[in-house]
Amino acid sequence: MKQLTPAGRARYFRRQLIDRLMGGLCVLAAGIGLVLLALILWMLFSKGMGGLSLDVFTKTMSQPGSGGGLANAIIGSLLQVGIGAMLGAPIGMMVGVYLSEVGKESRFAQVVRFVNDILLSAPSVLIGMFVYQIAVLPFGGFSGFAGSIALAIIAMPIVARTTEDILRLVPQAYRDGAVALGSRENEVVRKVVLPAAFGGILTGILLAVARIAGETAPLLFTSLGSDTMSLDMTQPMASIPMAIVRYSNTNYADWIALAWTGAMLITVGVLVLNILSRLSFAAVSKQGG
Amino acid sequence: MSSAMNTATPAAKHTAIGARKLHPADTAFRLSLLSAGAIVVIVLLSILTIMFIGGKLAFDTFGLGFIWGTEWNPVTKIYGALPAITGTLITAALALLIAWPIGFGIAFFLTEICPVRLRTPLGVAIELLAAVPSIVYGMWGFFVLAPFMSEYVQPWLTATFIWIPPIGDSFFWFTAPPIGVGLLTASLILAIMILPFIAATTRDVLQQTPQLLKDGAYAMGATRWEALTGAVIPSVRGSLFGAVFLGLGRALGETMAVVFVIGNAIRMPDSIMAPSATIASVVANNFPEAEPGTLDLAVLLALGFLLFVVSFGVLAVARLLLRQERMS
Amino acid sequence: MATPTAETSAAPTPRAAPIQAPRVNVSAAPAVATPTRISIEHVNAFYGQKQALFDVNLQIPDNAVTAFIGASGCGKSTLLRCLNRMNDTISGARVEGQIRLDGVDINSPAVDPVQVRTRIGMVFQKPSPFPMSIYDNVAFGARTHKLAATKTDLDAIVEKSLRGAALWDEVKDRLNKSGLGLSGGQQQRLVIARTLAVSPAVILMDEPCSALDPIATAHIESLIDELRKHTCIVIVTHSMAQAARVSQRTAFFHMGQLIESGLTDQIFTAPKLEQTQDYITGRFG
Repeated sequence: MKQLTPAGRARYFRRQLIDRLMGGLCVLAAGIGLVLLALILWMLFSKGMGGLSLDVFTKTMSQPGSGGGLANAIIGSLLQVGIGAMLGAPIGMMVGVYLSEVGKESRFAQVVRFVNDILLSAPSVLIGMFVYQIAVLPFGGFSGFAGSIALAIIAMPIVARTTEDILRLVPQAYRDGAVALGSRENEVVRKVVLPAAFGGILTGILLAVARIAGETAPLLFTSLGSDTMSLDMTQPMASIPMAIVRYSNTNYADWIALAWTGAMLITVGVLVLNILSRLSFAAVSKQGG
Repeated sequence: MSSAMNTATPAAKHTAIGARKLHPADTAFRLSLLSAGAIVVIVLLSILTIMFIGGKLAFDTFGLGFIWGTEWNPVTKIYGALPAITGTLITAALALLIAWPIGFGIAFFLTEICPVRLRTPLGVAIELLAAVPSIVYGMWGFFVLAPFMSEYVQPWLTATFIWIPPIGDSFFWFTAPPIGVGLLTASLILAIMILPFIAATTRDVLQQTPQLLKDGAYAMGATRWEALTGAVIPSVRGSLFGAVFLGLGRALGETMAVVFVIGNAIRMPDSIMAPSATIASVVANNFPEAEPGTLDLAVLLALGFLLFVVSFGVLAVARLLLRQERMS
Repeated sequence: MATPTAETSAAPTPRAAPIQAPRVNVSAAPAVATPTRISIEHVNAFYGQKQALFDVNLQIPDNAVTAFIGASGCGKSTLLRCLNRMNDTISGARVEGQIRLDGVDINSPAVDPVQVRTRIGMVFQKPSPFPMSIYDNVAFGARTHKLAATKTDLDAIVEKSLRGAALWDEVKDRLNKSGLGLSGGQQQRLVIARTLAVSPAVILMDEPCSALDPIATAHIESLIDELRKHTCIVIVTHSMAQAARVSQRTAFFHMGQLIESGLTDQIFTAPKLEQTQDYITGRFG
């Protein structure tokens, strides 16, 4: 090997130094970020576990100091998220199918894709205000149903995007095979493409559910929250995120503890849904390959 | 879609089949999918229209001056949006300034430096953190970060940076009563919240670069950092900016993480540590009390409309940047 | 190359006519002259602005294997996809001229492409069973076209098709297992069985063995020879040897034009045109 000139050696060391320095900074950044985020989770769990008891799941809100629970908020969240997903997911799926199977690169499909991407990341507080205007004001007040509509509007673009992405992974050979057997377009999609992508679409729906389960801002304008147990979708309805807001803006220690517990529950729920969706996707990928 | 069909008689020599007739079942299928696609567009247009109509009273009352009015007084019914706009822009920009370098560092760490065995679990961890609901960050900010800020960080900042000259005669950088909540705390919380998001999207972008590109750089004797700055970044610059804009879009419209720690003072901030407000926090705090049909409500909807227009712009840029790269 | 484009497309009939009249029987073919199943007249095909086929004329006989040969991009696969209107699924694709199946113009507005595809099955390059059970794969077409009234009928169709594709003995004990679990050669035979279940009059095969090993290829080739007894088969292949082994008739394409067609033996031993000779010997030599 040729000897480096002194100048060359100096340059070599400087380059090495920069590389090490920047690499070190990146490691440091990763360290700071991960530690910070771990800290938040750890605090969430340590404080959340403190307030955790059977009462949390069985009792509704009550006076400070008298040991209430989150039962009505949990039920309310399940109802609103469930109905929201049932409204938003099918439309989202259809949008995804449209983009991948029919619209493809047509002008209208490109518009839909673009708008969908915008909706996907639009501030959720605006969706809350929108639904307030169309489903709260005209119908005389806050309601669980309005909350579900807001959540559905948030879920729809997520499902649409994941569905399109997944359908694009379905081999063209499946479509060709079905067409060659004399299937019509709708049969190709319904009987071959969608079943082949089922797991992936489910992943998208789970992700959407996880996302809307933690949404707070839109519910502020739609279902508002409630201190009592209610299954009536036409009335204001409690939810875990709104209960957290209500409990944390106080000076009562037991209410604040409940707020932490609520935050922990919602986080655990969201993380479990995310992990489930990952597992289902991994299972699908394996089967496909 | 079927259009002009050739009337091909048996005698006709040529038959075009570029155009073809659809079976009724397929027509119905396409129509239903098409209408689902239309719903997406209709929802977006309705949001814009309804917010604008709802906020029209505010625009009628204050004109365009609504946007740069600095006074917000529910008693005298004089509303100017500038304090909220300023708060929104400052918190979002500061959050991005803090989160982007760290997020990029994490992304580079995950794609190049981290031991291969740890890449997937750490990457998954980052993605999971991006899914944690924002209200959790808000709560943590309110109960943990704000007290910490008021007790340690703010007094120290005030003492250390008191020499920095003010902007004009009103904006003193780090001079404010150390009450914990305010622009700085909100920016920090926003930064922490968008950090995993930026890290995850940036990592995706970096991972998309073909190995060949990196190998080419390494083959020429480039260091890891030189391969990144010389080969990888130039090839994905658009997407990297796209990821930043997506993060910005999140920070601009975030509500719950901010409401808890911004201090909710609707006035022009006089320090980076002063209590302030963002569009989203103003809306969230005042909406429940605003009566339908009043100017109070119209002002909030007008604010929402402004936020939507700004977010739309930011997100549109983000998507175009990200898509451009995807195409090529 | 000596043959200019204009010349061949201007006067295709005089040269094509004597070759295409199937007067002489192929060695392995039945002793009776087989009638024409598909007749291709003046076919031009376009993908957007690009013309892929130039005035192709060809008669494809029943109960025989016709091989399409030629270099990549010569138009042989395009023509194959015209025969069952698969090109309908490609946006911007356009076909002119007449393709008649048993005398009926398949591109006529009165004809539903679905009916065409029911009569003309297709097997693709890469074996690609649907991600469902072996049984469901074979039953797919029968269910789509409601060919079976009862479960027993459907079972019978599935068994008959799998037997027809020489796959029954290998899979009869695991009909409910995923079709993706089979080997490449078995998958391709499964796809053939799937096609047979609709009882097509014609089977199109687009390089059916290019993704298979020699043993699996031998299986498919003997299957093709068996199927030929009841069906008209058109096969696109890159392999001269395969064309020589399985086909009775061969059509040679070059740059979107049908250069020469006729009995396989004759094309391979005494091609009329130098261009065909070049291609065939080039591949062999």
